[in-house]
Amino acid sequence: MGILDSKVPSGPLADKWTKHKNEINLVNPANKRNIDVIVVGTGLAGGSAAATLAELGYNVKTFCYQDSPRRAHSIAAQGGINAAKNYQGDGDSNYRLFYDTIKGGDYRSREGNVYRLAEVSSNIIDQCVAQGVPFAREYGGLLDNRSFGGVLVSRTFYAKGQTGQQLLLGAYAAMNRQINRGKIKAYNRHEMLDLVLVDGKARGIIARDLVSGEIQRHSAHAVVLASGGYGNVFFLSTNAMGSNVMAAWRAHRRGAFFANPCFTQIHPTCIPVSGDHQSKLTLMSESLRNDGRIWVPAKMEDAIAIREGKLKPTQIKEEDRDYYLERRYPAFGNLVPRDVASRAAKERCDAGFGVNKTGEAVYLDFSAAIMRYGKEKALTSGIKDPSDDTVRKLGEEVVEAKYGNLFQMYEKIVDENPYKTPMMIYPAVHYTMGGLWVDYNLQTTIPGCYAAGEANFSDHGANRLGASALMQGLADGYFVLPYTIGDYLSDDIRTGPISTESPEFEHAEKEVRERIEKLMSGKGKNSVDYYHKKLGKIMWNKCGMARNAEGLQEAIREISELRKDFWENVKVPGESKSMNQELEKAGRVADFLELGELFAKDALHRQESCGGHFREEYQTPEGEALRDDENFKYVAAWEYRGEPKDAELHKEELVYENIELKTRSYK
Amino acid sequence: MNLKLKVWRQSDAHAKGKMVDYSISGIDGDMSFLEMLDILNENLINEGKEPVEFDHDCREGICGSCSLHINGEPHGPDKFITTCQLHMRKFKDGDTIVIEPFRATAFPVIKDLVVDRSSFDRIQQAGGYISVNTSGNTVDANAIPVQKEAADTAMDAATCIGCGACVAACKNASAMLFTSAKVSQFALLPQGQVEATERVKNMVRQMDLEGFGNCTNTGACELECPKGISLDNIARMNREYLKANLKG
Repeated sequence: MGILDSKVPSGPLADKWTKHKNEINLVNPANKRNIDVIVVGTGLAGGSAAATLAELGYNVKTFCYQDSPRRAHSIAAQGGINAAKNYQGDGDSNYRLFYDTIKGGDYRSREGNVYRLAEVSSNIIDQCVAQGVPFAREYGGLLDNRSFGGVLVSRTFYAKGQTGQQLLLGAYAAMNRQINRGKIKAYNRHEMLDLVLVDGKARGIIARDLVSGEIQRHSAHAVVLASGGYGNVFFLSTNAMGSNVMAAWRAHRRGAFFANPCFTQIHPTCIPVSGDHQSKLTLMSESLRNDGRIWVPAKMEDAIAIREGKLKPTQIKEEDRDYYLERRYPAFGNLVPRDVASRAAKERCDAGFGVNKTGEAVYLDFSAAIMRYGKEKALTSGIKDPSDDTVRKLGEEVVEAKYGNLFQMYEKIVDENPYKTPMMIYPAVHYTMGGLWVDYNLQTTIPGCYAAGEANFSDHGANRLGASALMQGLADGYFVLPYTIGDYLSDDIRTGPISTESPEFEHAEKEVRERIEKLMSGKGKNSVDYYHKKLGKIMWNKCGMARNAEGLQEAIREISELRKDFWENVKVPGESKSMNQELEKAGRVADFLELGELFAKDALHRQESCGGHFREEYQTPEGEALRDDENFKYVAAWEYRGEPKDAELHKEELVYENIELKTRSYK
Repeated sequence: MNLKLKVWRQSDAHAKGKMVDYSISGIDGDMSFLEMLDILNENLINEGKEPVEFDHDCREGICGSCSLHINGEPHGPDKFITTCQLHMRKFKDGDTIVIEPFRATAFPVIKDLVVDRSSFDRIQQAGGYISVNTSGNTVDANAIPVQKEAADTAMDAATCIGCGACVAACKNASAMLFTSAKVSQFALLPQGQVEATERVKNMVRQMDLEGFGNCTNTGACELECPKGISLDNIARMNREYLKANLKG
């Protein structure tokens, strides 16, 4: 078993969670009032955890860098949330959701955790409906579903293209109820700069008030990190501008192992990059692949003419279009998982069939869906022999009702009408499956330090299925952590308040102050963004959709050099004792410059292709990922040892007792 | 494009602010408004000056962080978008662009273009929730059927992103559209009925305490709302408020 104990309970898969809940220690309600918990991050995982822990009786402090918990980046999730409700009667079950998730993750996630996720998924929907989340409904008043990639059932619940927003506002409302009761104290516009350990246990954090610049000490009996993923290491991603790895990385430096950093999701349907000025990328929900068909021109001369602006996509005849996903993967078609769809787009564009001026875009076309919906609508509206124009108009109305806000977003950014001409899309960094290593209780390798949501590594293996991030965030926060953390805190009922006057807090604060001073005293040649963009280019070119040993070795060297340059030459204007967004960015980029190197090191060591990690050296003759279960069926958990290059690898072997390891096929 | 910018600069909450002129060149129509400000800041940093602080995060129109009064309009000249979705193709070469923070007593300036909108959080804390425990011991989701039309209208109200454009647009700096969006969402759903009376009273009380003005049915809020939240919500809240007070 080695140093890593996953603590997955014994017994049959379907009974593990119930058995575990029955066996773990509880804290009585009177004692909960004497226990403090810090939650860093207020997205779906952090917000739901904070609300539930406060409701149970713990004293909760939440921290977020945004001006309100409601603005955490979960808000931007569009398409939906999965749950094994089987409302459609299409054969769904907990086991099937479990199976799809393990397979979708290319057999690199932990069976026990994933089954628990599937098991509590139904409860999430019940809970959210009770909270007044306005999910989409059918005319009979019951909940509607749609399909997402990599599965053969309809299990995704949604609220237009704003599901994340509605679920987050639900968690935010639950938080507000506890804030109103005085059980949560919300520190907004605050950023965690370090984790404080006392006697080897997580006992608090050092935070900076982003308005006054004040450095503060906050103590607690346990610390929950729900600070999201690290996609912004690529500079350009679908993450929010402020999304960062600092909380997780600080914990890593204090002893929390970082697992599978190279498992990153490149989402296939994003609006392509338009120029060097670009600051972020915008996702077009995967739900669009329910109705949109993805294609590029079949003939090279057409692709060239399109790039030169001499031809429009609508002028290309049906037989001259290459619906490459339908061609390569007839069983799943346009609904293959994200990693597969992304690589297929890259393959076509690398072969010269890209359709925008940079050659890095493919089409997502709704014309067939518009006509199909229009015909149906004409029939149900009693319109006999409708003209093509009428059908198109009716169809556009149906599509608008389903995806209106996404189409509007697209039109504002690209300045083209996606009802009339196909959307252009290209893959972009979206989600990170890797994160802090946690056991079955969501505890990191530091006692008392927990990680939830995207910040941990636990459920998605090497590739996350669509609509599963929201599910995992809420499962961790509402239904898992509130139980498991009690088991740990039951030892703390006699501890009493944790003092912030201890040498440990003093030392941590001193280090934080020194780091800020060092950032502010750079010789001042280049802005923070200059370094962030450079790092992003290295990551995208050498650690992106396709990786190879040579490129990864270069990346490790280049990132290490860039980090040295950063600390010598970064220019941070202003002062540290007031609001200073450049200083905030500098601290975050400094950590990305360490994480990026560990990322490349992890990708280099994993000599196989699986999920979002595609090593060019390991592929089948058809260009599919070639997994190596004999040598790499493990979680790679890295221990901090000074420089990222010195990180020590620990392996958690993955055991599959309830699922047969197969080559993933969507053909 | 070459542009002239007039930007509000204010070093902290207590300092006196002023408009400062900047020139900027090489702006492309495909850039977003905030990417234009990124370039301004990059230039300022390279000149050894302090960059302009402004709130922003998701840059896709959903988090509600970005604000800005641009040429006299919250979120600028385009409709149904936030500032981060505004693109420079809406401006012409040689234009002068005036950039100010959202102005309202209940939104004090923190620095430059950053304002404090925590008053919005406190309105939500006063009652913007349904008091169910989050432990999951509730009824099956489909045991509460909701008429599609009611669900859709509730969803339309629930899409509010809490940016504060409604307040900034209103001559009275009223937060009625914001508050009524949440009151409406729950008033339209069966789950919201139990606490309807207390909710509307508490939220309206907090709104008044925060120093927001009253509503005089001008409709500027609806016009400037990036999510198109309808004035109907204000009417619905007034009805709920009246009902609640008649109940005593």
